[in-house]
Amino acid sequence: MNLPLTKLIGELLNRNVKMKHYYLLALGGIGFCWTASAQQDVQKALQNQFITVQPGDTIAITAGIFELEGTLWMDDKQNVVIRGQGKDRTVLSFKNQRSGAEGIKITNSRNIIVEELTVLDAKGDAIKVQQTENITFRHVKTAWSGKPKKTNGAYGFYPVNCKGVTIEYSESVGASDAGIYVGQSQDIVVRYCKAWHNVAGIEIENSLYADVHDNEVFNNTGGILVFDLPDLIQKKGGFVRVFNNHIHENNHINFAPKGNIVAKVPQGTGLLILATNNVEVFQNRIVNNISVGAGIMSYYMTEEPIKDKEYYPYPDKIHIHDNYFERPPVRATSKGRLGMMFRLKLKFGIDVPHILFDGISDAQRSEKMQICIRNNTNQTFANLDAGNDFKNVSRSLENFDCELPSLQPVIMKNAR
Amino acid sequence: MKNYWLIIGTIIWFFTLLGAGKSLPKKYKNRLSEYGFFTGEIAQLQPATNVLPYQLNTPLFTDYAHKQRFVYIPEGKQAVYNDSSVLAFPIGTVLIKNFFYYHDERKPEKGRRILETRLLIREESGWIALPYVWNDEQTDAFLEPAGEVKSVTWRDLNGVRQTISHYQIPNINQCKGCHIAGKTITPIGPSARQLNGVYPYQKGTENQLIQLARLQKLSGLPDLAKVPRLANWQDASASIDARARAWLDINCGHCHNPKGPASTSGLMLDIHTQHPSALGIMKTPVAAGKGSGGLLYDIVPQHPDKSILVYRLQSTDPGIMMPEIGRTVVDKEGLALIREWIKQMPTP
Repeated sequence: MNLPLTKLIGELLNRNVKMKHYYLLALGGIGFCWTASAQQDVQKALQNQFITVQPGDTIAITAGIFELEGTLWMDDKQNVVIRGQGKDRTVLSFKNQRSGAEGIKITNSRNIIVEELTVLDAKGDAIKVQQTENITFRHVKTAWSGKPKKTNGAYGFYPVNCKGVTIEYSESVGASDAGIYVGQSQDIVVRYCKAWHNVAGIEIENSLYADVHDNEVFNNTGGILVFDLPDLIQKKGGFVRVFNNHIHENNHINFAPKGNIVAKVPQGTGLLILATNNVEVFQNRIVNNISVGAGIMSYYMTEEPIKDKEYYPYPDKIHIHDNYFERPPVRATSKGRLGMMFRLKLKFGIDVPHILFDGISDAQRSEKMQICIRNNTNQTFANLDAGNDFKNVSRSLENFDCELPSLQPVIMKNAR
Repeated sequence: MKNYWLIIGTIIWFFTLLGAGKSLPKKYKNRLSEYGFFTGEIAQLQPATNVLPYQLNTPLFTDYAHKQRFVYIPEGKQAVYNDSSVLAFPIGTVLIKNFFYYHDERKPEKGRRILETRLLIREESGWIALPYVWNDEQTDAFLEPAGEVKSVTWRDLNGVRQTISHYQIPNINQCKGCHIAGKTITPIGPSARQLNGVYPYQKGTENQLIQLARLQKLSGLPDLAKVPRLANWQDASASIDARARAWLDINCGHCHNPKGPASTSGLMLDIHTQHPSALGIMKTPVAAGKGSGGLLYDIVPQHPDKSILVYRLQSTDPGIMMPEIGRTVVDKEGLALIREWIKQMPTP
């Protein structure tokens, strides 16, 4: 009937081809072909629901592949559930999107749950949520079909300026920036998710109080990133716990468009903490990431000038303990600026330490920087002395053998 | 058997969805004509009493559509002047913006096609934005909360046939997407700096602010010399900086300001921004994704082709282009202006 649509199914989902034929059959039955006008009708019908839904209501979307041509936008709603029939059964495809920079967009709302559906091939970000309190994603997948490429959208899950974010049992594939990204938000839980074939699997950026746990993050360029960046409205993130995650084989070539901060993340990064304070990393399995098992870096490593006077570019109060590290005896990446660093400056060969600290500290400050690394399995380490042109690279953990008090778990208020 | 249920279910679902959307509060009229803003044949857009025409010094680009704007201010009420943002309009005010294309821009007298009318209504609780879609007969426009897609064709000033195949009439959330400051809806255009210019009224040309004040529709207007004035972006006698900043203010500044939805990017393009990196000069992008086009900075002085700002203005890919909504083609003249502005920009 419709070739691209049929191809789409083949390509993307490990789904059930039969189901989708029923849908086409149904359309055929009421005299529609999958024409542009039917497409516009589906768009309009769903968008209408997004506009008129009342507090307490559920927008139920049946099984099928729905081709949409514009962003589905919900604004100023409370206590609403958007529910599909399963992430491999209800697929919102934006392959032919003409307008809007997101697949789904939710703004200025409270207590919203999105579950059991897939957002596929959005032209920009898959699901953006802004200025919203208590947003939950459960059994949701965001994906771009085909091989990972720089023309894919930037973010899969993209809550920004939100309070109370839960992303669980969800999956992100193919984002050209971060698959699961939470930015400038607070009170965040990301758990039981899978992220693969993204540039960054999971990223917590300029966000306060986050628990990232029990996720499987693999075959991205970088597994889990905890970043604080300059020039943003919410200046300071931190109080982030990363635990019980399986972070493995994040050796995918970096396919982010240049200019984006993640384009600088070296291929083969398990976990990277950039300029964030108060981060506790424990009981993770960080395995077979060829360049950086766990990195602790200042913003200076990006080699970008800092013009934001309120910005603090150094990591501090970082506690890495009780993790399991393992890597194959291979060289770190030689790509990009950091690849050059490995090749020309560090010369670790195949013996790359698991934990890397750039060694750049705040000379203005009298209080000692607190970076504590203790009780990890295979905890090899290097202080890169990057501020001094890598002159005194040291593998000694002597100055880092300490403990910090455990961070408090995130408590979700009013989570549904 | 199970298959039949699925089919039936889908059909029911389909029709249920088609029927949705008719449930906005009843007080908003279904037809534009019911408000009585216009007298005589509605397509002529002849304003009724208390409905006043106005224009902006530098308007937003919307796929080369022409716009005819009116404001209705209830009898006995006045807007209040301020020098930095939109005038404070009284409850009951309606801003009426009509979008149309001349069949032939060389000969406007050959007629035009009005596509849509957008209303901003000032309620006690705040502003409401409503899109009305005109019928092909041009006898009325109808409330369409989910928006609409239209195809439109015209001849431009050079006689060249132009087509917009997917002209987007916004849904009410998209209206709000631009018309939002903090958490509330606000008009974008009618600020003192935008209205500080002349309009060819039937009784003669006059400054719009003076006219409003004279009709007792505006209070607190100071001496005109003290009122800021936004440049007309096409006014060759104005400085390139003033023209470019005016263009960026109306096309980008409604989102890219400290209270707008794009504040998360750290890029502020409203007229009040002074800090060079907030304005994008040698600023790295935050969440641009492929919108960066592989470029490193929002604006690289003297190098428009190295500037992400230019890259995004010249794209029509929904995942790249800026503004995100409100256009499907490139504003070539606006783009040329911004390119020239960057070209002439001194290096920091």
